[in-house]
Amino acid sequence: MAIFEAILELADDHLVLGHRISEWCGHAPMLEEDLAMPNMALDLIGTSRTLYDHAGKLEGKGQSEDDLAYLRGEREYRNCLLVERPNEDFAHTMLRSLYFAAFMRPYWLKTLEMTNDETVRGVAGKAEKEMAYHIRHAGEWVIRLGDGTEESAARMRDAVAALHIYTDELFESSPAAAEAERAGVLPVRADLRAAWDEVIGQVFAEAFLEAPEVPYPQTGGRKGLHGEGLGHLLAEMQSVYRAHPGATW
Amino acid sequence: MTQTTPLWEVFIRPRNGLSHKHVGSIHAADEVMAVQAARDVYTRRGEGTSIWVVRSADIVASDPDQAGENFEPTADKIYRHPTFYEIPEEVGHM
Repeated sequence: MAIFEAILELADDHLVLGHRISEWCGHAPMLEEDLAMPNMALDLIGTSRTLYDHAGKLEGKGQSEDDLAYLRGEREYRNCLLVERPNEDFAHTMLRSLYFAAFMRPYWLKTLEMTNDETVRGVAGKAEKEMAYHIRHAGEWVIRLGDGTEESAARMRDAVAALHIYTDELFESSPAAAEAERAGVLPVRADLRAAWDEVIGQVFAEAFLEAPEVPYPQTGGRKGLHGEGLGHLLAEMQSVYRAHPGATW
Repeated sequence: MTQTTPLWEVFIRPRNGLSHKHVGSIHAADEVMAVQAARDVYTRRGEGTSIWVVRSADIVASDPDQAGENFEPTADKIYRHPTFYEIPEEVGHM
């Protein structure tokens, strides 16, 4: 059961961030990014689908990926707070992706070394490459915005001030995740700090950004305590399925 | 927009092709962003194994007004095609 919950946390991270990024579809500042954003959203949603399917099988109560994605309420979602933060502007969106991918890439690489779960290993092998590209894509934008015009640099600094407080939660393991770590299914989150710091440090140095001290990190997502925005996101994402239960597409 | 993000021509080497082929163009601020944009726009269905980008402004093109003198003189020189010649049987495979 703990492993089901731990996989669900991971799936929720990917689905919520994927949905957030997909909100840019049709609204990006240029055609190139209007395609790049859905590409990245689909990477994340693809990963979440495999994880939901796997979680449903581990639980053994017949819940499908759609049941898990569309029929759970806000308090039942276990994603970290970072991924649900609103898009705001391009600076926020790119920084949020950089923070997440800089954590997930070493996470999946570590998973490939240690996991005893073949499905999770399969996800890791595919997602590791996707996260490497997300780091590159988002990182290059953070560098250009941070080292860009007065306005872009100010927006980038605002994004760091707004989002950095959510990054500590990435390294926290819920009781369920800790059990999955002990069982050899998932890697220990706290061990990935150095790898994350290295990527963020390199990008920030080029972007003329500074990582602030965070005396009071924001956490609670793993307990189902979310910001206001997640409810709106889920309402939009789940409305079709809830209006037409069992619909397929 | 073209001032800050100039136009780039994109060339992709297909999975089972030998040379890069022109596939279209994108806007990007610099060469790193141009390769990323090309990847995101033109390789979404597994089309490529390699990407080239080149600033559209750096391409030198032939003058359409000179198309006649450039290309028409070759029209009647069919002997330049290898299929023009009959290979004697004794030569075997060439």
